[in-house]
Amino acid sequence: MDSKGNSEKKKDLTCVGKSVRRVDGWPKVLGKAKYTADHSFEGMLFAAVKRADFPHARIKSIDVEGAQLPGVEAIMLEEDIPGNPRFGALNPHQPVIISDIVRYLGDGIALVAAKSEKIAREAAKRIVVSYEELPGLFDPREARKSELSIHPEGNEIVHHVLRKGEVSEGFAAADVVLERDYQTQFQEHAYLEPEAAVAVPQPDGGITVYGSMQHPFSTRRVVARVLGLPLAKVRVIQGELGGGFGGKDESSSIVCARAALLALKTGKPVKLVNTREESFVESYKRHPYYLHYKVGAKKDGTLTAMEIEIVADGGAYASMSTFVTWRSVVQATGPYTVPNVKTDVYAYHTNNTYTGAFRGFGSPQIVYASESLMDELAAELKISPAEIRKKNFYQQGGETATGQTLKHVVSLEPALDAVLAELNKKPLEQNANPVFSRGRGFACSYRGVALGAEGVDATGAVVNLLEDGSAIVSTGVAENGQGLRTVFSQIVSEELGIPLEKIVFLDCDTSSIADGGPSVASRCTIMGGNAVRHACLQLKERLNLSEQPDLQKAIKATLNAGKSLYAFGWHNAPKVSWDEHTGQGDAYFTYVYACQGVEVEVNNQTGETKVLRAVAAHDVGMALNPQQVELQIYGGVTMGAGYGLTEEVILEKGVTKNPNFNGYHIPDSRMIGEIVPIIIENPDAAGPFGAKTIGEPTCELLAPAIANAILQATGARVRTIPATPARVLHAMQKEGAPA
Amino acid sequence: MQHKILLTINGEQYENFVSSERTLLDFLRDDLGITGSKKGCDEGECGACTVLVDGIAVDSCLMLAVEADGCELLTVEGLNKSELDPLQKAFIEHGAIQCGYCTPGMLLSAKALLLEKNDPTDDEIKEAIAGNLCRCTGYLSIIDAIRSVAKGGG
Repeated sequence: MDSKGNSEKKKDLTCVGKSVRRVDGWPKVLGKAKYTADHSFEGMLFAAVKRADFPHARIKSIDVEGAQLPGVEAIMLEEDIPGNPRFGALNPHQPVIISDIVRYLGDGIALVAAKSEKIAREAAKRIVVSYEELPGLFDPREARKSELSIHPEGNEIVHHVLRKGEVSEGFAAADVVLERDYQTQFQEHAYLEPEAAVAVPQPDGGITVYGSMQHPFSTRRVVARVLGLPLAKVRVIQGELGGGFGGKDESSSIVCARAALLALKTGKPVKLVNTREESFVESYKRHPYYLHYKVGAKKDGTLTAMEIEIVADGGAYASMSTFVTWRSVVQATGPYTVPNVKTDVYAYHTNNTYTGAFRGFGSPQIVYASESLMDELAAELKISPAEIRKKNFYQQGGETATGQTLKHVVSLEPALDAVLAELNKKPLEQNANPVFSRGRGFACSYRGVALGAEGVDATGAVVNLLEDGSAIVSTGVAENGQGLRTVFSQIVSEELGIPLEKIVFLDCDTSSIADGGPSVASRCTIMGGNAVRHACLQLKERLNLSEQPDLQKAIKATLNAGKSLYAFGWHNAPKVSWDEHTGQGDAYFTYVYACQGVEVEVNNQTGETKVLRAVAAHDVGMALNPQQVELQIYGGVTMGAGYGLTEEVILEKGVTKNPNFNGYHIPDSRMIGEIVPIIIENPDAAGPFGAKTIGEPTCELLAPAIANAILQATGARVRTIPATPARVLHAMQKEGAPA
Repeated sequence: MQHKILLTINGEQYENFVSSERTLLDFLRDDLGITGSKKGCDEGECGACTVLVDGIAVDSCLMLAVEADGCELLTVEGLNKSELDPLQKAFIEHGAIQCGYCTPGMLLSAKALLLEKNDPTDDEIKEAIAGNLCRCTGYLSIIDAIRSVAKGGG
């Protein structure tokens, strides 16, 4: 099947490819899984943060006098920070707490540690800050032209370009040219567990931090920098994670750093837990995008040119904006062969909540726009949405917008066919009540796997095989609730022939394994899985299992020979490339393909849209655990429905108007009638057992599928998401559809 | 002001002093160290703190500890006896768990439903857990798990 030995036939496998149950299910159903806020230590203090009162203001003075309540043990300002008070992956300009200029309402100004949470919060409330209010910028399109600069380095965070062919020639050759604008919103991750940290000072002057973070190593970097400690003296242990979805990076690092500052200052353990409201106000969101698309096509649907300009709201700090928008520039055309492409993606600072990584990472916005556009173009050309896509789909051996040749199996057409077959199994039946109109729609995508040309992409794993044939496994990527412990344990079980019950998975502890990069970009299975496999292959070689297949005997012989059964596997991703001046290169080492379809019912009087049925076909390379793949699909489709229909953080002049679940509506159990998952398998040479990825592609497709279905149901096109009842009604009135 | 309360939690008697504004959730988690119930929103929207009070599913962040005086409480820690509760088993079997933060509350809302009705319809199941938010699973596997127990006569 490929040159790397990934030629296992699925039927020959004993554990991989099977829907084994989660290895961490027991502690979770027993209520014994320890999330960060469940940790408690003798003499522990509780922390609270005094936050900014204005979204953009110069701090004139900070008066902590009134906060010195009985029970308060420490109050810290920026000047009390022993290390560097600023951090950031690309631009280290984000403050842990700040004393000069606040740039959004989530900024912290002072930290308090007290004997109880109640006292700490009361004390924080009593800190008086006087400000000189500064004019704010709340729209990235204004920030683009404004003389006002939020940071000394200017408002522009990044400008990515992609140039392929000559768009003017492409448009000249077109029979039809269409221009459309689309807009997307701030979306909140809404992990059920708010950010939390418990920092415990150590006798050697170092610190141990338990935290609810996705990336313990990023957190270690921030905490060490802020405390002025060597990395080795900062030990970060991931608590059981109550959801992340990309959101627990800087948002969690900052909470951990604050708890650590207070713990070192007081010499006592300190717990800091954000309230839901603090989480909404402080943590970064999905970027709102303003997207302008111009597309040219021949009468038969053949695309001739695409010109795209995207402006993203980066909010107050740079965070991951550069990386998020880079994925957008790579994938902005959608999975279609376009000979002439000109794409510009910009991100600008505003005084809104900052924006960063969120499951999908710059793709849900562009998939929403480009897949709405394809339907609009098909209507203009009077051909079917399926036909126009099939005419232009990327093909194996074909070239992407970035000039990359796709050498693996490109499964766009099978994915689309599978979805349409399932979706149209029964003819569309209208509700007998004429108030309701039903419609169907779908959307397709391709997605680069793992980090790609964003940067170094490598990770490690330890497999420690013990004398009785049990094994301890740990990896540099972390369980985020997605099922990594289970899938990695399956790989070990498969390779070494030991039952899952004899495998213990250690939680991520930065002092016990090499920095394996972040648990992002749907890279854990493909990167971490390969690392686990490399460790197992080393062990197999040492055990000489090909000649001594009895594992117990092989273990004994290997140990008697003085050899170790402790193996460290390291996996470095295949080579990628990128020319930032042209936007050309092999952006990712492989891609996944997907299609999702949906049937909706729109209430013509209220504009309310219901998802009756969703069908999702995803090529995952190979499903290492089909049940877990299906769960990712269910969860991602549901999150995509929220993105398309209900979820929007309302920011008015930098103020979050709906900072809890009573005003911010994530899908509940009644939101979706049915979800049909379809798993497509085309094993990929780059993945363990041929596996690629599933986490993120699942949530980038439902919003455009819904928009396309709403059009079929009502004749109205919604070009701003979420498609709230008001927006749907407005679009219907504009189209003159029956109300 | 401190009040003396007497209550039963998971079959064990507790006698404690609590202040009048202490929520039942904070009392359980912070005073007693019974941390299975989770805090997600602290305003009765997410259901992660759901416990059973005299057999009724309640958001423990909306109830005061003093209101639970004389009551019988069941939290996730009390669900399993000598073996797992059928719901706990079904949640594992059907993949109704991902990050697990909503799981304790979800299990107890399901328990309350099945105590009231042993053969609920799908709509009744969805309604019973409508106040329990889950961001990971998309709910379908949770509904499957609850249905399987109901059908099994649990």
